[in-house]
Amino acid sequence: MTAPPRLSRYLQLNLNVNGKNFELNVEPRMSLLDVLRINLGYTGAKKGCDMGSCGACTVLVDGKTRLSCLTLAASVTNSKIETVEGIENDPKGKILQESFIKHDALQCGFCTPGQVISALFLLNTRKSPTKNEIKRFMAGNVCRCGAYPKIIQAIEDASKVI
Amino acid sequence: MVKIVKTKVEFEGRFRDEYVMVEGEEIQAWPGSYKGKLVGSPSPRLEAGAKVNGSAKYTHDVYLPGMLYGKFVRSPYSHAKVKHVDLSKALAQPGVVAGYAANNVPKLTGEKQIELFSDEALYQGAEIALLIATDEITLQDAIELVEVEYEPLRPLVDPEESLRLRGSHAIGGKDNLSGGTPRVYERGSVERGFSDADVVIEQEFRTQAAMHNCMETHGSVATWEGDALTVYTSTQSINNVRAELAEKLGIPLRKVRAISTYMGGGFGSKFGGGKYTLAAALASRALGKPVRIVLDRIEENLVTGNRSQTIQKYRIGAKKDGTLTAIQLTSVVNVGLEGWTADIGGPTKMTYRCPNVKVELYGTRTNLVSSTAFRAPGYVEGNFGLECALDELASKLGLDPISLRLKNYADEDQGDKIAYSSKALKEAYERGADIIGWKPGEEPTRRGTKVRAKGMASLIWWGGGGPPAYAQVKINTDGSATVVTASQDIGTGTRTAVGQIAAEELSLPLELVSVQIGDTVTELYSPGSGGSQTLASIGPAVRSAAHDAKSQLLDIASQTLDVAREAIALDSGWIVRKSGEKLSSVADLLDKFGGATVTGKGARGPNDPKHQVNTFGAQFAEVEVDTETGEVEVLKFVSVHDSGRIINPLLLSSQIEGGVIQGMGYALWEGRLVDATSGVSLNANLNDYLVPRSTDIDEIQSEYIEAEDTSNNIGAKGIGEPPIIGVAPAIANAIKAATGIRLRELPLTPERIYRALKKMEDWTSSARYF
Ligand code: FES
Ligand code: FES
Repeated sequence: MTAPPRLSRYLQLNLNVNGKNFELNVEPRMSLLDVLRINLGYTGAKKGCDMGSCGACTVLVDGKTRLSCLTLAASVTNSKIETVEGIENDPKGKILQESFIKHDALQCGFCTPGQVISALFLLNTRKSPTKNEIKRFMAGNVCRCGAYPKIIQAIEDASKVI
Repeated sequence: MVKIVKTKVEFEGRFRDEYVMVEGEEIQAWPGSYKGKLVGSPSPRLEAGAKVNGSAKYTHDVYLPGMLYGKFVRSPYSHAKVKHVDLSKALAQPGVVAGYAANNVPKLTGEKQIELFSDEALYQGAEIALLIATDEITLQDAIELVEVEYEPLRPLVDPEESLRLRGSHAIGGKDNLSGGTPRVYERGSVERGFSDADVVIEQEFRTQAAMHNCMETHGSVATWEGDALTVYTSTQSINNVRAELAEKLGIPLRKVRAISTYMGGGFGSKFGGGKYTLAAALASRALGKPVRIVLDRIEENLVTGNRSQTIQKYRIGAKKDGTLTAIQLTSVVNVGLEGWTADIGGPTKMTYRCPNVKVELYGTRTNLVSSTAFRAPGYVEGNFGLECALDELASKLGLDPISLRLKNYADEDQGDKIAYSSKALKEAYERGADIIGWKPGEEPTRRGTKVRAKGMASLIWWGGGGPPAYAQVKINTDGSATVVTASQDIGTGTRTAVGQIAAEELSLPLELVSVQIGDTVTELYSPGSGGSQTLASIGPAVRSAAHDAKSQLLDIASQTLDVAREAIALDSGWIVRKSGEKLSSVADLLDKFGGATVTGKGARGPNDPKHQVNTFGAQFAEVEVDTETGEVEVLKFVSVHDSGRIINPLLLSSQIEGGVIQGMGYALWEGRLVDATSGVSLNANLNDYLVPRSTDIDEIQSEYIEAEDTSNNIGAKGIGEPPIIGVAPAIANAIKAATGIRLRELPLTPERIYRALKKMEDWTSSARYF
């Protein structure tokens, strides 16, 4: 086997995360997820699979959900990135978080940041989603503990308050 | 005066003797009529806020300054000789700090010789080498540069083949029959039982290997301070990891600290340290920097174990009226390389009254990763076979499935013939039947290509807990309280439940109680979180500790405030007269002593030798089968449990729903697919291994019957595992009721159902569920 071409040059890039600007030097192949977690210390987004199948790494990029494990950090330099750490300031985010707590829509909690972010995007795009719409929308977020019934309930309830 | 008491303690159906230190008087159990203020209330989790805003730190979130990253090079073959390992190209890469393997580099070794790598890979994913680098990208690049020369050898992954070739093809030089003999259990005489029977049925069932796929993959971060090791690890037992590391590294227990503050799921797969933890500790010591080894999703599926694949043959004899006369089970259990033979016969031995029972288990070794515990190990597999066979018996006898089960209701433990501490299974059948709308002999309903019907299953499990488990409850200067114990919360809600118990005993609002768990530094031993035993083990210790703290506090108050000890009580952070009059806040009282704190100690008392503690449940499914696609929808699932006193009904319902959903995955979609020729796993990721998702779930109703149980001082039995046990048979029995077809092999995929409905031949493929 031959060595892969080694990119000696680190990329310099600017990221806007939760309203703050960061200037970073990163290996060009770094995913947004790794940069958030390792370089910036936003460990809310989790690495459940690193291959786009579990949703634990979901963040908002310009208001839309994005799997940060499949996103190169270098590709979102001109975007607004929001992680679970930032959504307390969003009134809808706060309501959702409280609804998750009240309904016990979490067990081990590892999938929870991704669930909350996906739910926030849903409530930002649809006023009063039906149960089935919620289920379909949330199908990309795996919860191995099986908190689904309560996650769905928490989102439905939050949508009524918002 | 400390008394030492010998007691029997059970873990997942295996018993051992423990000696318990009993200090002072054991406090009385809450009677069944006791209604708590906090115990029994649906309080949200204490840590829920940290989980919804991303501030809860899991092992994966530990990034220490100067930390290095480690990753194993793993065998792509399920059986191969490792001829040569060349790390030189990898080691030449900038950023690669170290590399270790069995043959051509210095061994990674502690005081004792430790086998991290072997020269023969006996399952896919076996550790061949380890690289350490400054970052993950460098590490991943370097892994690609490791050159390993393998000589592929014939793997045995089919347990029946492995048994056949036992004499000529011993895996790794050891008998393919695990332990050299089958595990046999017998009571009465099945021969006599079958000759007494009016009807004898024979049934065969097969179940697949299931993968835990915890959302947080296995991983550890190790760091040394002088000769003391700290590991952050995603585990169900910080005490097991600690003991394992101390032993393997040859260092005293006091030099190892294991921390698991938050962890992302275990389901039975995280009881030990594993090679990744040991390697992180060794490499960290050798390199003088923190080392992190976290498995990726594929490794998680390849090397962390699984629920065993089984083949189960039942023979059941009964009288015309349904009275069971004999049950015989012979089962082959695929344990992988050196897994443990889970008790597939548990339900057969325990669920029903039957004088003649025989179980023979053939734990069979194969070139697959060692199987490991997975939520109610053995019972989930065995209950599928038994409860489906029982429905077949019911239909042969023309009996309603519930009537047949009631006819054979066990009023006492069948093995040791001792009384249950409590059993409310009858009530559970009634409640479940009522909710699902069970009608004996009900015909399925048809709508176009879709047919609906109902099915049910019983379940029995353990979950009585026991010693040793120790806790302290501290009353702090400001009047708040802290519960301290080296337990861990794996998502079941241990933190909250023990907080509620302490708050109840201290009459404190829950907001004023904090819980410090997940760290062995406290030296307060607590068992691993598994076997549905956590709450029934540590809960009583916490209550005793709170009780002790309260007594001390009242002693102090009585002398300081000059009131009779019997005349005062604690209420919401105040010392009050029993008449209700407030005398002093706890904070003011302790302030008089220069900010003193009061520490109460508690230990889990011995188990009662006169009673057997079991949990019970009845589970009901209503399904709709699409006869044109073979798809099954579980429209409604009702799960009714007897788990003793319920400490927190909200968290209990989460456990039930989660268990039912995992059981639905096992029944309908999940299964490790292995290529039978090469022995290579075909679905070692979350795209191809199908865990349940939100769209798979309809209505799940969780219910409980709160049976009075005084076998420990809080009256609680376990709930973690019971909800998964009867799901597959309840669904399979409902499918039978809907279609008339008995499916005998899990998972019940649309393809299998479709083929059975259309009476199509089984097609042969080398992709098999092993
Ligand atoms: S980590 Fe990104 S989808 Fe799983
Ligand atoms: S809460 Fe554990 S994975 Fe969702």
